Amino acid sequence: MTPVGLTHFLVLSAILFALGLLAVITKRNAVTVLMGVELIINAANINFIAFARYLDKDLDGQMFGVFVIVAAAASAAVALAIVLNIYQRMRSVNLDEADSLAG
Amino acid sequence: MRELIDALLHSETFFAKLSPTLLTLIFMALGALLIVLVLALNALIAVYAERKVSAWMQERLGPMEVGPRGILQTLADTVKLLVKEDIIPAAADKRLHWLAPFLAFVAPCAAFAALPYARNFVFANFDIGVFYVTAITSLSVIALLLAGWASNNKWALLGGMRAAAQIVSYEIPAGLAILTIVMQVGSLNFNDISLAQDGGIHHWLIWRYFPFNLIAFLVFYLATLAECNRTPFDLPEAESELVAGFHTEYSGFKWSIFMLSEYAEMLLVALVGAALFLGGWSSPIPGFLNTGAWGVLWFGLKGVVLILTHMWLRWTLPRLRVDQLMHLSWKVLTPFSFACIVGVGLWMLA
Amino acid sequence: MTFFDVMFYVLAAMILLSAAIMVFAKNLIYNAVGLLFAFFGVAGLYVMLGADFLAATQLLIYVGGILVLLLFGVMLSQRITGLEMRTGTLQMLPAVIVCAGVVAILLRMIWMSPWQKTEVGEPAATTRTIGTLFMTDYLIPFEIVSVLLLAALVGAAFIGRRDAR
Repeated sequence: MTPVGLTHFLVLSAILFALGLLAVITKRNAVTVLMGVELIINAANINFIAFARYLDKDLDGQMFGVFVIVAAAASAAVALAIVLNIYQRMRSVNLDEADSLAG
Repeated sequence: MRELIDALLHSETFFAKLSPTLLTLIFMALGALLIVLVLALNALIAVYAERKVSAWMQERLGPMEVGPRGILQTLADTVKLLVKEDIIPAAADKRLHWLAPFLAFVAPCAAFAALPYARNFVFANFDIGVFYVTAITSLSVIALLLAGWASNNKWALLGGMRAAAQIVSYEIPAGLAILTIVMQVGSLNFNDISLAQDGGIHHWLIWRYFPFNLIAFLVFYLATLAECNRTPFDLPEAESELVAGFHTEYSGFKWSIFMLSEYAEMLLVALVGAALFLGGWSSPIPGFLNTGAWGVLWFGLKGVVLILTHMWLRWTLPRLRVDQLMHLSWKVLTPFSFACIVGVGLWMLA
Repeated sequence: MTFFDVMFYVLAAMILLSAAIMVFAKNLIYNAVGLLFAFFGVAGLYVMLGADFLAATQLLIYVGGILVLLLFGVMLSQRITGLEMRTGTLQMLPAVIVCAGVVAILLRMIWMSPWQKTEVGEPAATTRTIGTLFMTDYLIPFEIVSVLLLAALVGAAFIGRRDAR
């Protein structure tokens, strides 16, 4: 077995990304879709940190990681507010039923 | 820790024959076991102390039957709890009902690894010890929410959600008060913070930048008291309105784990307060027993004093209402902690 | 197998298993618990990669913030009495095919790329450097992110209000 290096982290993050994508595509519930988005963001962040460790002498990758986490927090807060608002109007948070904007 | 492992690996003893991986794992397991044992002992003593303190304050005797002056009472209670039938409600979610108490216990346990017990001794000398402790303790919120939901009981669910809302609200003033200290020491490492207040009671950070650090300590004390769900902030388990809050449906062994984690959290916030504001392991009298392992004694003593004040408050004050609770957190403690940060910052620039 | 390798495989197994629970479990709360352990595993990976500050940030914001928000969102947007918190799935088979394709493309790209690896030393302390970078090279992004957070705070409070009309 080769010692763990950059490739191992990249493969792990690729699989994690695909799992997140799967949740985003298939789930009907808006909150679960949000969870899938968080998985995707985490996968991207693993890449940033792994590159910062293995390809770069600086901490630029980690700085990006911090900003990504902050942006994810902001988006989660707003998205959940929207989900709660949808629930109050339609008594359901299934995304395929929230189609009143579809022509 | 790492130094100890390295020393053992290069010594002539039988440890040198083991692989470094195995030795590291063994040491991690031993450290975790030690922390769990200390926490169990802490809960035994603290429950007894709490009953005795409340008895003294109410002019009763408290437990007197088991052992001299009742000191074996909690031991007997523990045995009783462990052999009790473990009841899981038929409609509960069994797996999460099991998971929640352990999750609640993991958070304070993991935090204890970063505390400074004596000069130059922590289990894990983190560069970011303070930040790590604040981060890992937020796990207990999830545990309480899960416990409330998995019980499938409306009292438990309401208690769990109240607890989560309360802890999340009070994390903010507590974090800001910690930030005041971190800012003036210039380090997130617990040992650096303790080192900065070495050499007697007048060097403790609580007196520095008067009155800002004193206010920061009071904010931290009240906020962490609320995070432990203790009276006057015990709304999540207010027995007169919510039966027993998130652990209504817990019994026997799993209930005792909740109790264990509650007392562990009390000890944790008391020790963190002692490390940040009250000198950590350094002796209050300059040059008196201020070396090596004596640090454990001073550190523990400061923690015990803070816990006793927690108990004193519990048996003195009535419970707050929910709106008063939120008012205190957002409109009193948070502005005051911001004022401390700005005040200390300006003072440091001047 | 060094300690580093063992830790990596343990954490990788934990992340993938819990992410799979998150994706395939039908119960919303189980999804959230899967996500919790996935976040923990990712924080462990950050520690292994020498990013201890980021690992603590991950725990504080994801576990203490976003996950609590998600759990509250779940509990406030369902009929919370009873355990009927199910989430249905749509078009599972095509989605699996698409995602497998994505993984295949990504893996091929990872193997084909000539990574310019540098020497990896002992991880150094990062907190002080990150703090300095925030106040120097990354000052503008830092300020923009704080404005973004303020906007998100106000916006979320407004949208989430019961009578936002």
